[in-house]
Amino acid sequence: MTTPTNTLEVRASNPITRAFRWFFHRGHGDSPFKTIIIHLTLIVACIIAVYPVLRVVTISLRPNDTLLTTSLRIIPVNATLDNYKEVLLGNTAEHKKSDFFLWLWNSISVVAITSVVSVILAAVSAYAFSRFKFPGRATGLVFLLTTQMIPAGMLLLPLFIMLARLKMINTPLGLIIAYAVTSVPLTIWTLKGYYDTIPVDLEEAALIDGASRATVFTAIILPLSTPALAIAFLFSFMGGWSEYLVARVVLQKNEMFTWPLGIFTFAQEFTVSWGKFAAASVLIAIPVMALFLYSSKWLISGLTLGSVKG
Amino acid sequence: METQATFRKYLPAILWVAALFALYFLLQALIAPFVAGISLNLKTVLARLGDIGKFLFAILGMLAILELVFYQVFFRQPRNLAANIVTRFLQGVLALIVVQVIGYFFELTDLVRYGEGALGNFFRAPLAWVTALGNFLVNARIVTKDHASLAGLSVVVLILLIIFGVIQWLSKSKPSKLGLAYLLILPAFVGILFLIIYPFLFEIRLAFSNASLGTQATKNASYGLNFGWENLKTLFTGNVAKDAKFFDVFWRTILWTVINVAFHVSGGMGLALLLHRPMKLQGFYRTLLVFPWAIPTTIAAMALRNEFDNRYGMFNILLSDLNQWLTSISHGTASIIGIGNAFDFLAQHIGPVSWKQDPFWAFISILISNIWLGIPFMSVIILGGLQSISQEYYEAAEIDGASKLQQFRFITIPLIRPVLTPAVVLGVVWTFNKFDVIYLITQGGPQEKTDILVSSMYKAAFQFYRYGFTAMFALVIFVFLLAFTLFFLRLTGGLKSATE
Repeated sequence: MTTPTNTLEVRASNPITRAFRWFFHRGHGDSPFKTIIIHLTLIVACIIAVYPVLRVVTISLRPNDTLLTTSLRIIPVNATLDNYKEVLLGNTAEHKKSDFFLWLWNSISVVAITSVVSVILAAVSAYAFSRFKFPGRATGLVFLLTTQMIPAGMLLLPLFIMLARLKMINTPLGLIIAYAVTSVPLTIWTLKGYYDTIPVDLEEAALIDGASRATVFTAIILPLSTPALAIAFLFSFMGGWSEYLVARVVLQKNEMFTWPLGIFTFAQEFTVSWGKFAAASVLIAIPVMALFLYSSKWLISGLTLGSVKG
Repeated sequence: METQATFRKYLPAILWVAALFALYFLLQALIAPFVAGISLNLKTVLARLGDIGKFLFAILGMLAILELVFYQVFFRQPRNLAANIVTRFLQGVLALIVVQVIGYFFELTDLVRYGEGALGNFFRAPLAWVTALGNFLVNARIVTKDHASLAGLSVVVLILLIIFGVIQWLSKSKPSKLGLAYLLILPAFVGILFLIIYPFLFEIRLAFSNASLGTQATKNASYGLNFGWENLKTLFTGNVAKDAKFFDVFWRTILWTVINVAFHVSGGMGLALLLHRPMKLQGFYRTLLVFPWAIPTTIAAMALRNEFDNRYGMFNILLSDLNQWLTSISHGTASIIGIGNAFDFLAQHIGPVSWKQDPFWAFISILISNIWLGIPFMSVIILGGLQSISQEYYEAAEIDGASKLQQFRFITIPLIRPVLTPAVVLGVVWTFNKFDVIYLITQGGPQEKTDILVSSMYKAAFQFYRYGFTAMFALVIFVFLLAFTLFFLRLTGGLKSATE
């Protein structure tokens, strides 16, 4: 340790050296120089993280005649909300109906049902995995983990053929089944991790007092694990909400499209609907991002609980 | 006094109803003038709710029946010998029916074909009975033709309930230690059986077939070991999607995974280390930095796809601006030998690139996109790990004279390993399997030069309809991933703690 770390030594030098040393000092705490560098780095990182997102907003605000421009301004010249109006309410002049709300409804109905069902199934079975020792328990848990190794598209082919045979292609039910594949195992795993952190003493006391297992589960475990249930719900909701590849295989009719398929129809016709694509994206992304940023703290604790603590 | 209390009790409910009505009328007033332009209407909404309701009802009904069967197996004991014989007989019948239904489901989805013999008739019996029952009810003018199958099913359910009732009446309760556990995991187990294990078996069977568009998927497909061998041979020597070869795609996948995970972990680590200190604006930075994670991937990928446009995309605009700037500097410094030449050199080599046509740049473009998308997740996980490390270790190390680098190497790294290891394993597996970014940005192009294994597989199945081949392809990928994970977990002992 050659550099002076205490103020006594610094005071001994002349003012310029003193200021210089203070500015670059090492050891306890960050020197002003280091602080500035850190803030600059973080600001650059923030710009990299946010600018592409802002570009989508920019494009959505561009008037149709200047969609194709090489400008990098965030608020475009002659900003207009025309794209939003057309996405939301359709174009009555050209008799084009807006499918935006239909897509949203398709997405919400599919994803919400998947999440509710998988959270209910998982809440119950995760309790068994967490509290009972039964033959097949370890195997079951490892198996649930193994399902994460299954490539995304791998079960899609047999599921697709199955659904086709059951005449469930092009129905929301087919998509619900396909989404449940990834959702259920992960949800069980997350919830089991959370139940493990709840002390067993509470239940044992209740059991000694004569409560049944069912009462224990509904009156103690479920209320205590509401945050985890919310996380699990959010997890599987987020997982299905912006899913594109599975939906593309299962749904082929325009009126069944979920929103990712829907806005892709805008994105395909590049020059024509870039603005509409951006406007629709902003409308969808704002509530989702708000929810995500608001709940990210719990999402993260759920992740670490599920993967680290097991 | 009492009425007031009641009123208070129900006040919130009344207010909620009022608020909902107000919202409804507000929406009506706001949307009604524009409703002509919106394709969603109440009829669609109600029809969808009806569909989903029926679906849920059917699933819950089946689960309830199964739960009842197992409840009686675990928790009921026949009173005497005669009851025992009757109960076991009834339970045998129930088991037989379950086997028949499962067997029928196998044939319905084309996993096996029983043919026209006795076996086929045995498994198709429940359906035949329900149909016959429905026809009988129609003939007896009890129900109309539209509701025949529904009525038939209701009668079956009724009979099942009577059987359960009889067993219940003939038996007394018995305690069971494990029964509850099995009853609790039963619904999820059935779900996983239906959603994962069954499709997996189907996949294996499909891998040994020549199913393709020509055979109308499984309808006219033939099965046999030789088809499996043929599929395997095509996989390693032939074309995987259209023209690409397996090993080219394989090495590209490894490259894709390694580069992505390396950048995710190092970038995430860097940001986490920067954020992990008492500082102003920390919350602000954290919020902004998770933007790429928070934005739905589909939107981000499609937006980035547009940004990689040769003329109007952000990246080429920035690059051409940079190029102009370098050129102007090189003109300004042309008189200074060395510096002028250096800028001239830079200006000639840095400039807009063709992200869509050049395979190399196309690959770079998907890498940039996926790295941008993935860093926030890792940084958040690592930051969580850093915050769980006690500050005392660092203070002690500082007193002992350890440098910052040594502190990082000998304190930080070992202590965040429990967080980092699973995150890295999951990161590798997820990246290996993640192709929505690739599919949405380059669609594997140009000439399938940006495809990774999973995206080739997806294309082989759903663009080229090579079903049997795809199934074999998927199995090979799965085996590969499983081997990697098991090896890695054995190496780090991560699995043991997970199942304790």
